[in-house]
Amino acid sequence: MTGEALALAAKDLRLELRGRHAVSTVLPFAVTLLVALGLALGPDRPLLRQVAPGLLWITVLFAAVLATRRSYELEGEDGALEGLLLSPADPAAIFLGKAAALSVQLLALEVVLVTVMALLFGLPLAAAPVALALVCLLATVGLAAIGSLFGVVAQAARTREGVLPLLVLPAAIPLLVDAVRATSLALEGRDVTGWLGLLLSFDVVALAAGTLLYGYLVED
Amino acid sequence: MATIARRPAPQPRAHPARPSGARNRSRGARLLGALCGSRGIFWQGVAAAVALGASAVVSLLVVPADAAQGDVQRLMYVHVPAAWTAYLSFAVVAFASAAYLRTGRVHWDRLAVAAAEAGVLFTGLTIALGSLWGRPIWGAWWTWDPRLTTTLVLLLVYAGYLAVRGLPDNPDRGARWSAVVGLVGFLDVPVVHLSVVWWRGLHQPATVLRPGTPTMAGSMLAALLLAVLAFTLLWAYLVAARMRTERAAQRTRRELLSAPVRRGVQPVAPVADLVATAPTPQGAGSHG
Repeated sequence: MTGEALALAAKDLRLELRGRHAVSTVLPFAVTLLVALGLALGPDRPLLRQVAPGLLWITVLFAAVLATRRSYELEGEDGALEGLLLSPADPAAIFLGKAAALSVQLLALEVVLVTVMALLFGLPLAAAPVALALVCLLATVGLAAIGSLFGVVAQAARTREGVLPLLVLPAAIPLLVDAVRATSLALEGRDVTGWLGLLLSFDVVALAAGTLLYGYLVED
Repeated sequence: MATIARRPAPQPRAHPARPSGARNRSRGARLLGALCGSRGIFWQGVAAAVALGASAVVSLLVVPADAAQGDVQRLMYVHVPAAWTAYLSFAVVAFASAAYLRTGRVHWDRLAVAAAEAGVLFTGLTIALGSLWGRPIWGAWWTWDPRLTTTLVLLLVYAGYLAVRGLPDNPDRGARWSAVVGLVGFLDVPVVHLSVVWWRGLHQPATVLRPGTPTMAGSMLAALLLAVLAFTLLWAYLVAARMRTERAAQRTRRELLSAPVRRGVQPVAPVADLVATAPTPQGAGSHG
């Protein structure tokens, strides 16, 4: 099953590299959102630095919804998802593969966003690079798992675009809370082990739930 | 790695057998069937109305007002039962969703959707009544207390559950999708609660909403228990009635879909016929 999942993730990433949807749409959207949030809050530098972790993770959350939609849009074209389901691959492998591909895309996006934030909002990145990287990694895996699970819905929801965020955002509330708190604490140079544990347990639950339930979402 | 447990036979779901009273069923199933029949629903409604009336009289007129909070405290007799039914709905949605995915029996799906709609009602009521109480007592309509926040997230999860149902063209698929949402929400809400508790600071007590339960007077506790009973009866009535309308809707849909095939000759006229007659009360009431 690992092989199937990796093959599927490689397929998704290859499509992304050739189509450049993330670079041409998701990334500009995320940067625009950050700039708009900065402008909405005004030029007060201490305030911006204080709310920066929240803004970062809100932006990542919205970008994840966009990336998820894109990932399943491609599967909806020409019955590609039906083809995948007809193949001998386990549905759980499809779920894990798509989650892995989404994780890689989101991590790449976060690298850019964190750099932009460091420049625009004066984020003290050097305070705890390892802790920050771990927070990003764990939060992203959970977010990608939720996206990979609920993205199936987006494929049928072209007429009602609001449903995917309605599912993803409440499910991702623990991730948002944990990631924002952990990022703030890490930037202050404080211990974040407890928050990392909470993120990790969320990831485990989300991946397990997705592995078990994905088959029910896609089967007919 | 775990593999997906496939249902043994998807066929019965597409063409479920008509429930026939003569079938051999356990006593519990017969009791449930009687509760969901039109007469059972009627008497549940009567019981709920009587209990709610009694509870209103007791909590407004019989029980003394709270010494510290005054009459505002009487909101507890509706707020706490509403919260109880909200959480009850949520547990029932999760259980019925899991049962539906496991067995593919359509009555579990009906139970899940009925409980989800009751859940929206009672969760909204809980939040609204809590705000009314919080304004004079805390001086704020809302506070980011873990319990309040979790209840609000619960409302959002229910909203997602109900939004997903109508999405796909195939109603079976909608039922499966919403069942998955119901289950994921059930797993998610405890993590939401834990996160918000931590977010507020580890040493903050999690509850502020209980106005002194351990020291509550006996008469107040009795009034509260009566109110909880009344709300539970109301909940059961609403769920049973909603399950019945859902069954009627599912049958109408199935008849509309199968009518041209069954009658064979004129595919157009019978469908138009059914569309015209199906939604009338007589049409819905005649499937016993």
